[in-house]
Amino acid sequence: MTAKDMSYAAVIARKNEIMKASMGIDYSDFVQSPIAFDYERMMRETGYSMDDIIQIQSEVKVGNTPLFELRNLTEAVRRISPKGKGALILVKDEAANASGSFKARRAALSAYEAKKKGFKGMVAATSGNYGVAVASQAVQRGLKAIIVQEVYDSRWVGQPEIIEKSRACEAYGAEVIKLTVGPELFYMQLRTLEETGFFNASLYTPFGIRGIETLGFEVAQQVRARYGKDPDAVCITHAGGGNLTGTARGLLVAGCKDTKIVACSVDLSGLHMASDHDFNRKSFTTGHTGFGVPFASWPDRVDVPRNAARSLRYMDEYHLVSQGEVFYMTELLTKLEGLERGPAGNTSLTAAVTLARQMDQDQIIVVQETEYTGAGKHHNSQLSFARENGIEVRRGDPKENIPGKTIVLPEHLDQVWGKAQDIDKLRRSYLTNASHVLPVDKWTESDIEFLAADIKKDAAWVKANLPE
Amino acid sequence: MEKISKGTWVEIEQVILTPEQRASTLPEDTKKTPYMMRISGFLTMDANMGDEVEVKSIIGRSHIGKLITVNPSYSHSFGKTVPELLTIGTEAEHDR
Repeated sequence: MTAKDMSYAAVIARKNEIMKASMGIDYSDFVQSPIAFDYERMMRETGYSMDDIIQIQSEVKVGNTPLFELRNLTEAVRRISPKGKGALILVKDEAANASGSFKARRAALSAYEAKKKGFKGMVAATSGNYGVAVASQAVQRGLKAIIVQEVYDSRWVGQPEIIEKSRACEAYGAEVIKLTVGPELFYMQLRTLEETGFFNASLYTPFGIRGIETLGFEVAQQVRARYGKDPDAVCITHAGGGNLTGTARGLLVAGCKDTKIVACSVDLSGLHMASDHDFNRKSFTTGHTGFGVPFASWPDRVDVPRNAARSLRYMDEYHLVSQGEVFYMTELLTKLEGLERGPAGNTSLTAAVTLARQMDQDQIIVVQETEYTGAGKHHNSQLSFARENGIEVRRGDPKENIPGKTIVLPEHLDQVWGKAQDIDKLRRSYLTNASHVLPVDKWTESDIEFLAADIKKDAAWVKANLPE
Repeated sequence: MEKISKGTWVEIEQVILTPEQRASTLPEDTKKTPYMMRISGFLTMDANMGDEVEVKSIIGRSHIGKLITVNPSYSHSFGKTVPELLTIGTEAEHDR
């Protein structure tokens, strides 16, 4: 047997064959043009109904998580709101899933699928909770797991949150490949898939997204059962787009057609995601604009040919919040509500405060996740680490936050405002990215229809906003 | 120096790509550094620190690299207390 060429270029060039072998999905079945593909058929042909997914997840300690009223926080928000304003804030305690985050929902379906197709193990490239979820689900299905992680800068200093994820993955019996900073993570993922013949438990497969639909579905059922109506808004921390896509799809399956879908990311603008220097100046490893903006404005930049996570297809609003605001809200959740949870999962909680202030008291806003916390992940770990890396941490006006330089913790809840993003600008940026894949003069009517559906607009809007 | 016995849980380090072999689209600072990996496993032979060794990972896969740590452990913590956090929430209490 001749040895395969393992150089960077050679492995990347084998991407398509490696992907096809490692997922059992032939994406060419769904492709209609360089831009368009049959998204709904791709999702449907996973072959699972909502009932199937609920059953599969219940076998592995996933789903049916509690939905709590945040009464003290709601009261605090009402005290700073105009008369009659201050929607009831609810939180879905996703930390109650096996492995401590909503990511278990994605991993559960991937593990079931991998087992069904006869794979011996799963590979996932992630520094986030998803790796821990894959490890936890793999062990329950008798599969091996390999997690490929970006952990260290060139000084071998690791973000404490990621170190904790390494530990948790190993705790669940996974092999953890710990790497230095760089987009070559994808190269290592491909190499590992090729070497092992394992299942590609990518975050962006149809299984990874359909697994989250139960979250939105449960929110709808729980809110209806308790309050006799649909939630008015659901706040979702947004990075790669899966959390938003899956949750929104689940809400739609349940018939919540008027529920507003609000995305929220931590603003890390100015920090380069592949920079060795910037790597440990981020106090959030996910849920931030470094993923949220590029993935919204072009989803197909991932480790699968067509991304099943398509956030603009479902998004109504997109809020940005500062790191300081999220740390503040994390501490407030602990002190006011007696609920100690990880900071990244509280990104959407932060946006919920801003929204609740503008909504009526009889309205309901749902924060659809929490995540576990502990050594490394805890907001005190993050702030202490930031300080050691020369970042200024102080109380003050959160508008003075500068990603990578200053973290300003608000002095009062009244200062938690975040900022709304111009979502139409994101939509236009998506169209520009589409024009790089296929020039505008080659777009057919069906391409335009696909693009319109993919950004929650109609064909007329697309035609009125064609890129230059 | 005492030999490290076969079967010991260790961590190894390997250069995956030298700076010249890395992806072409990197920022300047990252471009200068090699792409490195660390991984833990059980030593398959007696060895000394710094030797090129083989390990079997927890799932039984073989990896080659330089032996750098015996009994690799985690020591991440909650960090040093950040006093600015302490009063958050207690202030809201006073507002009632």
